Amino acid sequence: MLQAAFLILALPLAGFVLLAIFGRRLGDPAAGYLGALAIAAAFVSALVTWAGLLALPSASRQYQQHLFGWFSAGSLKVPVALLVDPLSMTMALFVTGVATLIHLYSVGYMRGDPQYSKFFVYLNLFVFSMLTLVLSNNLVLTFLGWEGVGACSYWLISFWFHRPSAASAGKKAFIYNRVGDVGFLVAMFLIFDKTHTLNYTAIFAALHGGMLSGPVVTVALLLLFLGAVGKSAQIPLYPWLVDAMEGPTPVSALIHAATMVTAGVYLMTRMSPLLAVSQTASVVVASVGVITAFVAAAAACAQQDIKRVLAYSTVSQLGYMFLAVGAHAYVAAIFLMVAHAFYKALLFLGAGSVIHGMHDEQDIKRMGGLRRYMPVTAATFVVAWLAIGGVPPLAGFWAKGDVLLNAWADARWMWAVGLLTALLTAYYIGRETVLVFYGPERWRSLGPTSASDRSDAHGNASSDPHEAPAVMTLPLVVLAAASVLGGLLNLPFSGMDVLTHWLSPVVTAPRILSLGVSARWTLEAADAVVALLGVALAVGLWRKRSDRQALEPHWLLAGWGLDEAMDRIFARSGTRLAAVAADGDTRVIDGAVMGVARAVRYGGARLRLLQSGYVRNYALGIALGTVVILGYIVSRAAL
Amino acid sequence: MSVHFPFLTLLVFLPAAAAVLIALLPSASAGAAKGIAMVFSVATLVVAAAATVVFRPGFAGFQLVSSHPWVPSFGISWELGVDGISLFLVLLTAVLFPLAVAGASESAKPRSFLAWMMLLEAACMGSFLALDLFLFFVFFELTLVPTYFVIGGWGYAKRTTAALKFFLYTFLGSAFLLVGIVAVALLHKQATGHLTFSLPALAATPGIGGTGGALLFLAFTIAFAVKAPIFPLHTWSPDAYGESPTAGVVVLAGIMAKLGAYGIVRFDFELFPHQTMAFAPLLLTLAVIGIIYGAIVAARQKDLKRMMAYSSLAHLGFIVLGLFALTDIGVAGGVLQMVNHGLFTAALFLLIGMLYRRHGTWQADQLAGLQRRLPILAGVFTVVMMASIGLPGLAGFVGEFMILAGAFISHRWWAVVATTGVVFSAVYLLWAYQRVFHGPEKADQVRSVDLSWTERAVLAPLVALMIFIGVHPQPLLSRITPTVNQLVGHVTGQPARVQTAASVKMASPLRAGSSTPVQVASVTTTAVGSGKGS
Repeated sequence: MLQAAFLILALPLAGFVLLAIFGRRLGDPAAGYLGALAIAAAFVSALVTWAGLLALPSASRQYQQHLFGWFSAGSLKVPVALLVDPLSMTMALFVTGVATLIHLYSVGYMRGDPQYSKFFVYLNLFVFSMLTLVLSNNLVLTFLGWEGVGACSYWLISFWFHRPSAASAGKKAFIYNRVGDVGFLVAMFLIFDKTHTLNYTAIFAALHGGMLSGPVVTVALLLLFLGAVGKSAQIPLYPWLVDAMEGPTPVSALIHAATMVTAGVYLMTRMSPLLAVSQTASVVVASVGVITAFVAAAAACAQQDIKRVLAYSTVSQLGYMFLAVGAHAYVAAIFLMVAHAFYKALLFLGAGSVIHGMHDEQDIKRMGGLRRYMPVTAATFVVAWLAIGGVPPLAGFWAKGDVLLNAWADARWMWAVGLLTALLTAYYIGRETVLVFYGPERWRSLGPTSASDRSDAHGNASSDPHEAPAVMTLPLVVLAAASVLGGLLNLPFSGMDVLTHWLSPVVTAPRILSLGVSARWTLEAADAVVALLGVALAVGLWRKRSDRQALEPHWLLAGWGLDEAMDRIFARSGTRLAAVAADGDTRVIDGAVMGVARAVRYGGARLRLLQSGYVRNYALGIALGTVVILGYIVSRAAL
Repeated sequence: MSVHFPFLTLLVFLPAAAAVLIALLPSASAGAAKGIAMVFSVATLVVAAAATVVFRPGFAGFQLVSSHPWVPSFGISWELGVDGISLFLVLLTAVLFPLAVAGASESAKPRSFLAWMMLLEAACMGSFLALDLFLFFVFFELTLVPTYFVIGGWGYAKRTTAALKFFLYTFLGSAFLLVGIVAVALLHKQATGHLTFSLPALAATPGIGGTGGALLFLAFTIAFAVKAPIFPLHTWSPDAYGESPTAGVVVLAGIMAKLGAYGIVRFDFELFPHQTMAFAPLLLTLAVIGIIYGAIVAARQKDLKRMMAYSSLAHLGFIVLGLFALTDIGVAGGVLQMVNHGLFTAALFLLIGMLYRRHGTWQADQLAGLQRRLPILAGVFTVVMMASIGLPGLAGFVGEFMILAGAFISHRWWAVVATTGVVFSAVYLLWAYQRVFHGPEKADQVRSVDLSWTERAVLAPLVALMIFIGVHPQPLLSRITPTVNQLVGHVTGQPARVQTAASVKMASPLRAGSSTPVQVASVTTTAVGSGKGS
């Protein structure tokens, strides 16, 4: 059954190829269903492979499937080969599972779009890339998937390419990711230089064999983390993810939940044997994570756009995951990643349903009272809110609680910042939920924004908001159920910490085992209180009013000015540098060449009596002169 | 098919014969000229493909050698051969010429245009195949003449200046090369009493040392650096690329740029192993400057063809970085990347030509939103662009990765700086793509029609090869690496194949300089000897 592993990759790839060739002929909605089918089949293959893995005894749950040699020269040997172990299967299962639901939802959401089939071409390639990333047994093939998701995000974010903002956002995503890729690449070169391999298990063997010194491990990890910071949108490389909502909403769901931003967390978790020996790198990862978590959560509190709130929320949640990774709590990181995939996909798909129902309105201040018109969306959105907010007993409570417990055990200040962020999380999603689904129906009086005519995906605007069709609400219900029950994956009771046991062959056990029972319960209770406080604040502040400028300062709306600062430092000064360099190339370097040419021509004019003035004669003169001079030098040197 | 079949000589003579035939045609017969050019260039491709099939992988020396005395009194012979380094450049030449001819739409005087193109193919083939230095020089110079006339005759507004600048600049470089070749042969005669221009024989000579050796190395290198081009000898290329007709620039950037890099690895490495080691830091530095500088200046260009010229400067920087890394991985990556760069540069110039045919411009700021009317052209452009950026799964990545990994082993900091080039290459290409294909379309573009079947047929082989090499480059690498391993051993003075991180670092230029010439000589002679025996 383990041999089915290659199908997890082959089926989305086949879907991509088929859709690329026949997609336009299949049209709307057959192309969409084909795309969804390919991913659903990959999910089934993942289940089969998983069953095969389960059948093995816990300690020997590792299977490598060699498909073919990709390239090799000298000691560099890079195969296309898969590593099936508890970590990669956990990733493969939730990626294919969530992606299937998003595909299904897209069948309805993208209906009527002139590039309907192309959307699913990219979507299938996106999922294929992500699965390659997580299933690869070596860093280079992981990098293929890593770059693949980067390219697909570029295509999908700029999907409505006629909008300049979408085109720029796509480009921005790719370039920010590439900055991180420099780190990933150099890390690979360093690791290869020291260990002569890029295979994960061989790298870990080399580590235990003493081939990697402490400083090398730290540098390699920090370089890989630079890649993760780019891909998983941490400080300072997160602005791209906020702009990434220019893409169609299912793309946002896919990027935020399943196929892209979790890649950085996965990579660091995969390299956890190295992290275990580098305290410096671990502290950096955890610090960047917790600071990003707080900064992004604060920014989310002031956003007006329904998707921008969610984008900052993802940045913040990823920060939590890195906090866990840095605190050596790899299981907690994966636990939160899976739980987050459920409720963040749900939030985005819910937001898409709202945007769809509101005829492309995205400003939450122009919504309100929508629960009467779209009950399924409203109910599932509330579930997602409570889940991400950490209200017990939903998935987020257990997953975030796990992270915070570990933070407490690692460094108290990180725990404190994490707890404060938890308060903000329950509050900002609550603010959004209340403003969209409760309170007065502000859209009746305010009218649509100019933004609402910018998408050509949906038809003419009718009067009232409406609920989405079943193909879109069904995924919402399934994800809501997962958001409620996701905590069952890893309950902090003995015998019920399934994920911890499942992942134990791959990652080291968390340190919180040393924490006393009473300490644990106190911390968990604190989480619950904070979550309920956040919920109460949101309801209290925003139930009646939609305008509290004191709580939405401009610098928070602008995301602490990071985007502006990055733009000023890199984009604008880069443009200026390019202008100077281009000018210098014409004037200085080419100027010198042309200066020599003019001098020769001047000399030629002087010598016109001797020379005919034809170019070939100049050339001949140059050639002969050089021959004489060099010949002289050579003969001298040879003697 | 017997190995005695004169594959390589045919590769030179078929296009040359086509050139003569076309020149002899009556001036009105344009269709016949195109027919002859297509038939002969495709026949050349068939021969090149057959030679690739006959070529034995896992074998370092020259194969399919054909050697006949030409001017015996001066030791000049018609000596052609192919090894892992030249094999795929020959194949690349054979692939690109029919596509350039088919994709070209030069309507004025098609007969002489095609004759020049065929002569150019013969010259390019000869340059990649020649094992005799004098013969190489003849072919190398012969590439200039057709290029000059193609740019000057069928180019755009400033074609005359551009053609002249190209000609003079490269010709000046060649003057150094001629001096170098003659000097190497004379020094060989002084040492052995035997006058020859044969590369295998000359490479077996004990290395030339001292200032003379350094100057000769530079004489060769300058000629090749101009041709590639390598920073700062690149300023002819934006003009020449910008003013050249599509078919001309496809050959210029796709094939002739490789001639420069090929010259370095073939002649500098073989003839001047010690100087190659000694000057490696200089060339590596110029390569890295080229990578960063080329990409930054490219980002500023609104003229797509000039942008591509600077892009080529950056890509050639990567290739030179790989070559002068002098590790088996880096050099193999550099050789592979020559082929890859040929493929995606040719495709991009063909695409730019197709845009020009529709809209009469290749200025990025005069185009916008073309993806709406030209989805297929835009799709092909995207794939080729991603190959150029180095997206894994397409041709550019494997070469770039090997170059950087190989350079990191021997010259860590150069590799680290060069790696930042992957960001810049994404910047200028995505920016250009956004300007041309994204955004709202312009009113005067509504008439444009997507790729015709001919255009698709021209682009399809290139895209297919980019995907093939990106996914499965091993058939190429298994033929490239044996030659490269042996050559790296020749240059570094280390026995081939066991290039580990430690051994390369130990081999400082000084140590390599003191390695015994006898050892170097024996490696080369065995290889050539067995090559002829096949």
